[in-house]
Amino acid sequence: MHQLEIRGLKAAYGNLTVLDGITLAVERGEIIGLIGPSGSGKSTLLRALVGLLPPGDGEVVLDGKPVFYRNSGQLRQVRDRLAIVFQQFNLFQNMTVLENVTITPVKIKGRPRAAVEAEAKDLLAKVGLANKLAAYPDELSGGQQQRVAIARALALKPDILLLDEVTASLDPELVSEVLDTIRLLAADGMTMLIVSHEMGFIRELSSRVVFMAGGKVVEIGAPKQIFDAPREVRTREFVSKILRH
Amino acid sequence: MWDHLVAEAPRFFTYWNLRFFVLAGLTTVALSFTGCILGGIAGLALGTVRLTRSKPLSPVRVIAILYTEIFRRVPFLVTLMLVFFAFQLSGVELPLFAIGAISVFLIASAFLAEIIRGGMLAVHRNQWDAAETMNFTLIQALRHVVLPQAWRIILPPAFGFFVLFIKDTALASQIGVVELTYAGKVLNNRGFSATLSFGTILVFYFIISYPLTRLGAYLEARLASTRNPRA
Repeated sequence: MHQLEIRGLKAAYGNLTVLDGITLAVERGEIIGLIGPSGSGKSTLLRALVGLLPPGDGEVVLDGKPVFYRNSGQLRQVRDRLAIVFQQFNLFQNMTVLENVTITPVKIKGRPRAAVEAEAKDLLAKVGLANKLAAYPDELSGGQQQRVAIARALALKPDILLLDEVTASLDPELVSEVLDTIRLLAADGMTMLIVSHEMGFIRELSSRVVFMAGGKVVEIGAPKQIFDAPREVRTREFVSKILRH
Repeated sequence: MWDHLVAEAPRFFTYWNLRFFVLAGLTTVALSFTGCILGGIAGLALGTVRLTRSKPLSPVRVIAILYTEIFRRVPFLVTLMLVFFAFQLSGVELPLFAIGAISVFLIASAFLAEIIRGGMLAVHRNQWDAAETMNFTLIQALRHVVLPQAWRIILPPAFGFFVLFIKDTALASQIGVVELTYAGKVLNNRGFSATLSFGTILVFYFIISYPLTRLGAYLEARLASTRNPRA
């Protein structure tokens, strides 16, 4: 049984179709790299999975059970199991680093504060921010904020982590610290869907790479296949453009 | 003229006249309180409803939009007259103060709804997205994430509105509510000089609205600091 299966998923912003029948199966512990030109629907796919887009046709199946996004109880369950990290970090600006990581487990899930705080401190130490617990987001660099956002997502104990261009709004010298954090997670066996323009990173870490264009999956394959010997013309064009730079 | 005022003062500042002013002042405070506090609570509810997107709530949303858009555009005096005559026509007998308070509430809630909604909209969409994907309910998102960031945007125009609004409650005198302005008119009609009568209510209005301005400044400093006390 696949951990996550997406079958013919469609979604639209008004009349504009942004996901046009996405089909993809993800196994436990797999790292899926999602690549493609801007507007190809990669980020939209992640947003649709966590229910930030109104559901269209198609089906999302989690551990063999279809998810009905219109059912608020099921939507809550999905959001308990899938955590998303956004390109813009989306940290709560009115809270410290520690509060950002603990608010959801304590206030929303009702877990005891002491245990959650101990876990949060461990997680923040793991992402190298043990000394920033009392800092506010606007006192941190972009890379530090993104690592807090990753720690916050991990504090939810998700089954699957969705990373939406997490390095795209960072200065180049800060990218590596975030990528190192993700490498640690990969080593722990976390299932991840990663949207990124860091091709070297996608190639290094992904179990499989999905090339998307125009809201469709064009090609799925091992990194070696996608980057070295793509079968589809569009993949080849995209990869050759990327590798030229 | 100054001599005239000095000569008149002992006759003017009697216990009964001052008592009359204080009671009228309390009516002004009560009307303002109804507008600011009850109107603020209703405004928060209206503003929040307008921000929701769920389909089952759409009839409530339409009502909230009509309510705020209509009452923000109607002059206070017109609303006051409408409420006054509506109750007269319906045969329901209400004290004049209640009619004044209802009118004040209608106008204040509509204005404050827009001030509050504007403040909440100014909080970046990504804060809402993050809360939503972590299973915050609307109320939880408002309480923990959105309102703490929106206060600093809401408070200055809200307190500006409160101060303007205290002065607008004077219009309730048009239907006979004995508030400060009405008290000034009564004493002026009794033969006291207009300078003394209206000069005194000026002081009363100041006494009511100045602490409110200070409270606004205090709350702004206090609540704004919840974002980052060291910034």
